[in-house]
Amino acid sequence: MKFTLSWLRAHLETEATLEQITTTLSTIGLEVEGVEDRSAALAGFRIAEVIEAEQHPNADRLRALKVSTGEGPLLSVVCGAPNARAGLRGVLALPGAFIPGTGITLKKGEIRGVASEAMMLSAREMGLGDDHSGIIDLPADAPIGMAYVEYAKLYDPVIEIAVTPNRGDALSVHGVARDLAAAGLGRLKPLPEPVITPAYPSPLNWIIADPRACTHVLGRGIRGLRNGPSPQWLQDWLTAIGQRPITALVDVTNLYGIGLGRPLHVFDVGKVQGNTLTMRMAQPGETLEALNGKTYALTPEDGVIADAAGPEALGGIIGGAPTGCDEGTTECFIECAIFDPVRIALSGRRHAVTTDARSRFERGVDQALPRLALEMATATMIELCGGEASEISEAGAEPDWERNATLRFARLAELGGADVAPDEAVDILTRLGFATTHRDAASVTVAVPSWRNDVAQAGAGSASASLDPRGGILTQPTDLAPARAAAGAAGCAVIEPEADLIEEVLRIGGLDAIAPLSLPVAATVQAPALTPRQARQGLARRVMAARGMMDCVTYGFLGHTTAALFGDTPASLRLENPIAADLDQMRPTPVASLLQAAARNASRGHPAVALCEIGGAYRSASLDGQLTLACGVRTGETPRHWASPARALDAFDAKGDALAVLAALGVPMAAISTAADAPGFYHPGRSGVLRQGPKTVLATFGEVHPRVAAALDLTGPAVAFEVFLDAIPDPKRRKKAAPELAPFQPVRRDFAFLVDASVAADALLRAARGADRALIADVALFDRYAGDRLPEGKISLAIDVTLQPREATLTDAEIEAVAQKIIAAVVKATGATLRG
Amino acid sequence: MSASEPSADDAVRAETLAAIAGAADLRALDAVRVASLGKSGSVTALLKTLGSVEPALRKERGAAINALKTAIEGALDARRATLEAAALDARLAAERIDITLPPRPHPPAGAGDGGIHPINRTIEELTAIFGAMGFSVVDGPDIESDWHNFSALNIPEHHPARQDQDTFYLPGRDAEGHQIVLRTQTSPLQIRTMLKGEPPIRIIAPGRTWRADHDATHSPMFHQVEGLVIDRGITLAHLKGCLVDFLRAFFAVADLPVRFRASYFPFTEPSMEVDIGWNRKTGEIGKGSDWLEILGSGMVHARVLANCGLDPREWQGFAFGMGIERITMLKHGMADLRPFYEADIRWLRHYAGDALAPASLAEGI
Repeated sequence: MKFTLSWLRAHLETEATLEQITTTLSTIGLEVEGVEDRSAALAGFRIAEVIEAEQHPNADRLRALKVSTGEGPLLSVVCGAPNARAGLRGVLALPGAFIPGTGITLKKGEIRGVASEAMMLSAREMGLGDDHSGIIDLPADAPIGMAYVEYAKLYDPVIEIAVTPNRGDALSVHGVARDLAAAGLGRLKPLPEPVITPAYPSPLNWIIADPRACTHVLGRGIRGLRNGPSPQWLQDWLTAIGQRPITALVDVTNLYGIGLGRPLHVFDVGKVQGNTLTMRMAQPGETLEALNGKTYALTPEDGVIADAAGPEALGGIIGGAPTGCDEGTTECFIECAIFDPVRIALSGRRHAVTTDARSRFERGVDQALPRLALEMATATMIELCGGEASEISEAGAEPDWERNATLRFARLAELGGADVAPDEAVDILTRLGFATTHRDAASVTVAVPSWRNDVAQAGAGSASASLDPRGGILTQPTDLAPARAAAGAAGCAVIEPEADLIEEVLRIGGLDAIAPLSLPVAATVQAPALTPRQARQGLARRVMAARGMMDCVTYGFLGHTTAALFGDTPASLRLENPIAADLDQMRPTPVASLLQAAARNASRGHPAVALCEIGGAYRSASLDGQLTLACGVRTGETPRHWASPARALDAFDAKGDALAVLAALGVPMAAISTAADAPGFYHPGRSGVLRQGPKTVLATFGEVHPRVAAALDLTGPAVAFEVFLDAIPDPKRRKKAAPELAPFQPVRRDFAFLVDASVAADALLRAARGADRALIADVALFDRYAGDRLPEGKISLAIDVTLQPREATLTDAEIEAVAQKIIAAVVKATGATLRG
Repeated sequence: MSASEPSADDAVRAETLAAIAGAADLRALDAVRVASLGKSGSVTALLKTLGSVEPALRKERGAAINALKTAIEGALDARRATLEAAALDARLAAERIDITLPPRPHPPAGAGDGGIHPINRTIEELTAIFGAMGFSVVDGPDIESDWHNFSALNIPEHHPARQDQDTFYLPGRDAEGHQIVLRTQTSPLQIRTMLKGEPPIRIIAPGRTWRADHDATHSPMFHQVEGLVIDRGITLAHLKGCLVDFLRAFFAVADLPVRFRASYFPFTEPSMEVDIGWNRKTGEIGKGSDWLEILGSGMVHARVLANCGLDPREWQGFAFGMGIERITMLKHGMADLRPFYEADIRWLRHYAGDALAPASLAEGI
């Protein structure tokens, strides 16, 4: 919402400075988005007269001018404008001036051998429009030497405020002035109450055929008028806020549309077919040729104003061109109506048309203003265009908007934490237009003014109330206990209107006056902010980062064809309105996003990266279909180093990462088994699944499938892992038993077995561990050999077994007995033979 | 043209396609290619006959032979793809390793590169600060119902505020018939928390949020932290105190100027925007005379309480929400939003937090 300072002053009697006004606006909830003071940029430009204009000696298209500024010697100016001529009065810029339209600071110069000491400006060069057909050509009586800003009255600053959706009343200069006056910045000027004496019956009559289209409408004709340009002050106001002046009649509708927030429309009576205007819903196939030059195909959900020929306006949004007023109009008909906000919003969105009328109707307009606004507009139109007014035609009835709200003074402190005296609170409400209907020591009851649709809304506190203008009603879940639902609704009916009033008192009275109060201490030592499940996300992140992986945050969606490489891509997880085709599917796993990120890094010359992320993996839209995974990818080779030669990454690097995360999160390592049934985005022979027990999948790991890598433009080695954080059982807070610190030294024995190449090392290790659970403390695989010194299809696995005696030092015989048990167990489990 | 030529084409076609189908490996397939399209191949031989065709018929004849050539090339490509896929599958099968082998005892060299993303670092920091004020952290789903995301928060279907938030929609409806959206804010956690338990409530909800908006200052996915305090006797003065305390702790500026301006949010009343003092030119927080909008807040709207079955006559409190990227960028002087989600290793190395640095009030944040 834009307005100029002088427009505001037409509604507000004030001594306040521009800065006081803008600061106050922002504080009371009408946030200032910008103040445009056009005078500052144009301050140096003065009116000058061309005394001589001669052809430039060396250029056909240029002229050499002598220009007078009213003082000092004539200035030489080289100018290319076709309209440069002796006697022209225009606008001159001197060296050092910044030219807004070109972004250049002017310097003295020489153009093809002729000195140019200044510049005559076009409207575009001054940043005042698009006209660059020639230099500005002012009337002959424009005073030479006067600042152009002063001459053109450009010293009127333009203020732009952001109006929140609840404040339809502040989409008007009068409403803004009212708020400022309430905040102590002056006095709101009362609106005039012109007396119009009707001279003839209304030329058109209203019919409301469908109350969905409109509930209350007024109109009246003016005949014998002459429509032409509106006066300069009105054109200046409209131009300043970015509106194009059209004709006096149309400009007056905008004057009150912006000034009072009361949209109006004028029909040319001569162009209306028949003598009735009907508020109805559009019929299929009907169209409207609108004032903005576009044609709209109307639907039965659009409310229209129709004459005998069909729709002539999209009610409350935009008028039609065929019945619009122009300079030939001699009789007009002013329309002033109340439209349903929701219907206006839907129609406006359906046809993608944004107008000042729409933005006001969809936020709700002053319910009682139509008659006064109509009289004011009539008076102004007759003042500017002459003519005489008809009687008023009316249909429907003024909405039933009157309601009260009660404020208990104590609540200003109890809810607002504010120390506001009752008199002051009542005073603020009065200045805002809330009239006291009852007051006692503890409370005040006020009548809500017709323009404050946001205060004490009809539907408040009632789940069954009809939809109010903003559609604000309670929406309690069906499974809420009836007693709770009823108590909540009853409480809302009391508290909401009161909170509406408290908000008014506090925003006008000043939020700064409320002294901050730290939250009361809930407990001397706070309970943990994170649940154990939440805390382990941070732990997993730190484990991964400490293992050299860079924590990332990537989008949770990606293109569905890429997503399909990583798992199911159900239609239920495909966005209906993606911002890009490659961001349309909720991802099956963060690994997909991380591999894409790795490919981007590779394309920038960083092929070796280790990236991790804790984020969402989506299986379905339901609560349990949204998983949280800790994932990582590593690409490329390890760096060259004297102590450890470079090597390609492999599945065991990813397995190590996954196990490290699981170990940190308290999963017992001995309970984890490895199987080869990893998802399809892994290399089928070089990937695995880590399970706890037979079913619970805790993690996957492996090399990325070459096809997937190729599809993502990853050329080098790539490995990945996923840890399913939701699947990890809750950590148990169990006291540990005392450790067994046996006084006997452990004994270590090595064994080497020849096994079929297909034997899983894990099977051998388990067999060895299980051979004597009391004595065997640890079994580690320290060598795996496959080569031509072994029989075809065989490999050698060598293990290091640690025996921990608990009762007494082991004898050689006891050690040998355990060794035989180990060999027997391994042979039985794997078909191995002991190597000599 | 003699009648024998089309049948010669047919013979070459049948013979070559059969050979392609029968090629057992890529080498055999290449032999078929040479035998048909090579210098002395069967199709090449047909092309060579063109010169002897009557000029009037040459165009038609040429087109016929080229069609044959195209058909054979297509068959070759299709067979090559099949054989390559089979070869890859065979290679992958042969590359099988024993995945039960224990991994190496250390992460691969090149480590030392790890770090914590600035967004997650900020979440840890604000968890520490609010945790000290007695808040606990709640989390919830990214894919939400529009009831939790909008309606319950007093943003009915046609409310302008719902249009302002460019919402991502997923197809279908949930069990209650509500539309399914990607949450546009973390505020639905207010609703889930109030429905789940009785006050007193002190929670924050940091998490991912989504809006269909993408430019230099908007990302389709970003992070917010929502805060909610519900109790008896919690007033707007507490709201101010809590947020002033947080902002001063987070930016580590003990006398940080904080300003509250009246505003509007559908789910709070009264509502306020909160500004902090800074120097617009240098970006220094707490210095200079400019104001910077940093978060939205307000007393929880009576309708929101009632929607969750809380009686506003008994319970009241405040809520706030802020952008995690925004406060992170301000704290660290970052200029651009987009690199947060790019996973550019150079940016991450520059801005990531140390893997082992704690985010605790005791050690300074």
